[in-house]
Amino acid sequence: MTLFGNPWLHGFIMGVIVLSGAMGVAAYAVWFERKFAARMQNRPGPTEVGYAGLLQPIADLLKLMQKEHLVPFSADRPLFNLAPVLVVIAPLATLAVIPFGPGWVGSDPSIGLLFALALSSLMVIPIWMAGWASNNKYALLGAMRAAAQAISYEIPLLLAALVPIILSGSFRIGDIVAAQEGGQWFALWPPGPGFLAFVLFFLTSLAESNRIPFDIPEAESELVAGVTTEYSGMIFGLIYLAEYLHTFIASALAALLFLGGWQGPGPDGIHWMMLKTVLIFATIFWIRWSWLRYRADQLMSICWKIFLPLGLVLVMASAIWVHLR
Amino acid sequence: MDWSYTPLLFVLPLALMIPIVMLVLTNVLGPKNPSAAKSVPYESGIAPPTSAEQRFPVRFYLVAVSFLLFDVEAVFLFPWAVRFKELGWFGFGVMSIFLAILVLGLVYEWRKGGLEWD
Repeated sequence: MTLFGNPWLHGFIMGVIVLSGAMGVAAYAVWFERKFAARMQNRPGPTEVGYAGLLQPIADLLKLMQKEHLVPFSADRPLFNLAPVLVVIAPLATLAVIPFGPGWVGSDPSIGLLFALALSSLMVIPIWMAGWASNNKYALLGAMRAAAQAISYEIPLLLAALVPIILSGSFRIGDIVAAQEGGQWFALWPPGPGFLAFVLFFLTSLAESNRIPFDIPEAESELVAGVTTEYSGMIFGLIYLAEYLHTFIASALAALLFLGGWQGPGPDGIHWMMLKTVLIFATIFWIRWSWLRYRADQLMSICWKIFLPLGLVLVMASAIWVHLR
Repeated sequence: MDWSYTPLLFVLPLALMIPIVMLVLTNVLGPKNPSAAKSVPYESGIAPPTSAEQRFPVRFYLVAVSFLLFDVEAVFLFPWAVRFKELGWFGFGVMSIFLAILVLGLVYEWRKGGLEWD
């Protein structure tokens, strides 16, 4: 499937479309979260700029651009500036393989899911880079916790993502969605492993994108702002952007892998995919504004002692299910 | 020929452009008034007595080693997961033995206290 006849031109235009979409999504994810948090706390949230504060993200972007690019004197200057650049590339590029509807995809290669998982696990490198280059104790502690958490939670995440791969027999996200046709969403069917894998995927995604209750790397009350302590202005904005994109991708992947993607009762299409993604996204923020965070030791023991064995059991259970069917 | 990768080829360099353009813009538009007080690393109001680049606790290395073990396991599981229908019960048995050995390792690490954080 190529638009414009020429595959190179098609690739270029798709790249531009995906990235513009990604920037829009990231900007409005921030607006959505602010509005959602405000409503939960019985206050109006952004209202001044545009209707219901809809232009607020653009105003914020312009404001951040006009801030001084500040680097602490003891920081490792090249690394300090490189980290926020690298941290946005991975989530931006991941969006290229996330389909939002039949045909609504930048590219649907046969290893789509593997590509998405690989890129999202690359996030840990620039985060560690930022923490180390800041030469700040809070940032370094935050970075160490972030690295330990990201690599630990990656294993249950991979195991949970294996369940839909086993059930559908493909890495291509389009095939995984097609395998859930007729309401056989993997979160509902097979009854046991599917649902548990969905919960596991959701919780480990929360941890991977450093969301409460797993936001130990940021932990404002003990680490000031964790990795981003020394970052301000636009370079902080880039890390913030990457975090929101990462959360959005996690919700989109959960909707695609376990909730049937763009399929739903009534006509299939992008509206179902958007509805499911936004619902999961809202759930993440609902949790964020309702729950407390875990301690660092609880975080690690949940991962290694509960999530990892559970993931292994789920992989085996779904393999047995497919063999017996 | 499989052209489904060409968008990815363009997405990666284009994605690199976005943060670079933003950094250049912020350097053009932003004020430049560096001062000694502004560029001191934040340490709750005092000047940092030492550099932050120091040794860190060994438990982080332990997590990294466990991660390597189990991530390699996931690497083996992925190709099996897409082809296991063709491999049948034989492939399933082989994978079970592989996983059993790894679970033994996890149990050993657990018993030895390698998973404790304090």
